[in-house]
Amino acid sequence: MRYAETGFNLEIDLTRGNVEKVVTDPKDTELYLGGLGTNTKIMWDRVPPEVEPFSPENLLIFGAGLLCGTPATGCNRTIITTISPQTKLMAFSMMGGFWAPELKYAGYDKVVFRGKSPKLVYLWINNDKVEIRDASHLKGKGSIETAEILRKELKEPKAQVAAIGMAGENRVYYASIEQGRSSASRGGIGAVMGDKGLKAIVVRGTKDINLSQPSEFMALCNEVLEYIKIREDNPIPGVMPILAGLGSPQEMKVHDEKWHTENFMWGNSRTRRKGFWTDEIAKEWTETMETARTRLISCFNCPMKCGATISMPGLPTYMMKCFTKLTYAMGAFSDLDFGLRIAQLATEYGLDGFSTPQVMAFGLELLENGILSKEDFPEMPEDNEGRFYYLLDKIVRREGIGDVLANGTYWAAKEIGNGAEEYAHNNIKKHEQLPLKLSMLNPIYFLMYATGEKMNITQIEGQFPQAPFPKREHREKFCEDWIQVPDEKFKQYFIDWELRGENSIPYYPTVEMTCDIVDWQERMHYIDDALGQCAGLSSFPLKPPYHIHNYPKFISAGAGIEMDEEKLTQAAKRYRTLVRAFNIRRGMRRKDDRPPENHWKKRFPELEAELLDAYYKLKGWNNDGIPTKESLQQLGLDYVADDFVKRGILTDVEDAAVEEVSA
Amino acid sequence: MKGDKKKKTIKTIKIDVDKCNGCRACEVICSSFHAAPKYSSNNPARSRIRVIRDPLRDVYVPVYAGEYTVAECAGRDKYTIDGKEYDECSFCRASCPSRDDFKEPDSGLPLKCDMCEGEDEPLCVKWCLVDALQVEEREEEVEEGEEQEELETGLESLADKYGMDKIKDAITRLSQKD
Ligand code: SF4
Ligand code: SF4
Ligand code: SF4
Repeated sequence: MRYAETGFNLEIDLTRGNVEKVVTDPKDTELYLGGLGTNTKIMWDRVPPEVEPFSPENLLIFGAGLLCGTPATGCNRTIITTISPQTKLMAFSMMGGFWAPELKYAGYDKVVFRGKSPKLVYLWINNDKVEIRDASHLKGKGSIETAEILRKELKEPKAQVAAIGMAGENRVYYASIEQGRSSASRGGIGAVMGDKGLKAIVVRGTKDINLSQPSEFMALCNEVLEYIKIREDNPIPGVMPILAGLGSPQEMKVHDEKWHTENFMWGNSRTRRKGFWTDEIAKEWTETMETARTRLISCFNCPMKCGATISMPGLPTYMMKCFTKLTYAMGAFSDLDFGLRIAQLATEYGLDGFSTPQVMAFGLELLENGILSKEDFPEMPEDNEGRFYYLLDKIVRREGIGDVLANGTYWAAKEIGNGAEEYAHNNIKKHEQLPLKLSMLNPIYFLMYATGEKMNITQIEGQFPQAPFPKREHREKFCEDWIQVPDEKFKQYFIDWELRGENSIPYYPTVEMTCDIVDWQERMHYIDDALGQCAGLSSFPLKPPYHIHNYPKFISAGAGIEMDEEKLTQAAKRYRTLVRAFNIRRGMRRKDDRPPENHWKKRFPELEAELLDAYYKLKGWNNDGIPTKESLQQLGLDYVADDFVKRGILTDVEDAAVEEVSA
Repeated sequence: MKGDKKKKTIKTIKIDVDKCNGCRACEVICSSFHAAPKYSSNNPARSRIRVIRDPLRDVYVPVYAGEYTVAECAGRDKYTIDGKEYDECSFCRASCPSRDDFKEPDSGLPLKCDMCEGEDEPLCVKWCLVDALQVEEREEEVEEGEEQEELETGLESLADKYGMDKIKDAITRLSQKD
């Protein structure tokens, strides 16, 4: 019997309309766990580097995490993997909500799509019955609307639906896949779904998920619940409210937006508005939120309720979480009322809340600066808010200038030329980032931004405080019950970290410490992404209930795979390296590992080079960011090493040198 | 003869729909507890509590599985409470032919909440960290012999419906089966 996982994948050939149920290899689970890990293995095996994002050979994989569907609290992530139309690298966006557990209860761990359907279809998975069905009546429908129609039509109110809106259908490069309360937004995976002619996947399951050692597993779950209660009663003192507790940033609950609105950039990630958050604004925005928010809501099997149902007067209800609350308001220099209104439309269209407002603000910046002209925006309204609605519509319909902007700031700038490139200033690897511009280089964030292949800082950072507490005694106090550290040395790193003086950024944490910290942070995110655990209870917040010490036990007791900290660390390193290798094979190199030029005012090129050198070394990558033959072999990734040599990415000579040095 | 009065603790679960966030942790733990062997598997479709959930209409109703009924009810009404529309079935605890809820998904056998027999507290309550479910205990005086009385009332109504002979036949048949 298979434990925690079902042992089956669905293989869907959209070109032929073929559905197949395949048994998976338990050895792969042991090596790559599940979710992102096994998704990546499939991508490596089946998607060679010549494959373009919109080619039928590109795969679109919906993978439930290894522990999704078990009673492990907050374990509900679907990891969606494909080649991003924007970065042309591997995208692996995740969504919470209810979809992944439902897929497991239906009897599958993953749905792997290949090919392209000649007409718009949706997939209906009802336990053993799996059908590709006509979706022509859903063309142009909103993502939430689509889910509603399908549940009604199939008479399955309990079915879970992941759907795209018009943005995905029209292959907007930052289109999302929406699933009621949650969405997989980054990397433009919705565009790939649209390109494949797939409007939605509906799933309903009523089967069992088995546990290997039930009573041990339940004891672990109960410990997690107890710890959540303790953390809820004891928020971390000295950090801002959204970082004090657990969960995804509690944007729906918290009204105080001083920190975001005064520290993050407005417009096309341009303007910092110190002093913005006045009493008057606070009152107005609180009122807006209170009126709009019907209820705080959770994902499957989680008490944290990070999301909310939002009903803006006169508009259909939708659901939201996190920072999208503010991105549209800030992108347009407007207010929360506008932000929540336009987000309703953007959610139905199925768009990424990070990229979209920046792309629109970028378009208007080009107009203001004469790079685009009035003729490019025919019949655009005069008022600011109206312009954003206008642009949103043009983009999802790919009309006129919208067709260019639909490719994101990087590609749009290239196409427009005439100096437009300078305005696409907030990208990493061609992908729009959080609108944040700071003064002094932070070595930890430098490394995370530069090397994080998830392309989104919130999915890489966490665990380690973002800044030192002003007083040493506070830092010592913080360390007292810091059980999550993988090694005691991290406590010392933190205790010695000062706001000013010798032990402050950019030279402290030292290069070596920085590498350790970033490696730990990244490792925890990668483990989450394989297990399907929400980062909000694990890798993101300070002092989370899941950590490197209890995770191996969860995996042993749940999936019946013998596991300890070392083996788990090695597994995470294995598929993390495989993600890297996949992207290296697609041409990514050291030159691509860099934050936006203007992310910090004060840069330190030598230190930055040193940081990259040291981090690559720790990761087992050579100076160009390519995993070395030796490190690949150590991880059991010999097939990658062979492929690299065959393709001339690594040469035997180069590797001999590496081996000599380390011998 | 009427019996003496006896004290009995009645455990009820108080449901606060306003606190429910729709997470279905209650369904997870219930189905897990009732798996055989205990906790060896889980499957919300086997749970004895169901969250009737319709987020866009803000409907969140955790319902506990009650009695099994052979026939579905005749008329089904809709309720509007605080401007939200509910199907009557949203509040119904019956395991009944008209829906899949409260039935084992494979065998179709009815499910009923047993207040987690053998546990100190109902586990759905324990796992609902947001307190949408809470146990309330109260003492009630009951007359001994009440159950006997209930049984007789039940039998009488059956006899009215089917005739005493048929009931006798049925009882004989059922007791032979055991
Ligand atoms: S912590 Fe928040 S986002 Fe994460 S699973 Fe729980 S409710 Fe969902
Ligand atoms: S556990 Fe509580 S909050 Fe979650 S669905 Fe059940 S009753 Fe609602
Ligand atoms: S009290 Fe126990 S048996 Fe009843 S619904 Fe809750 S968990 Fe299930």
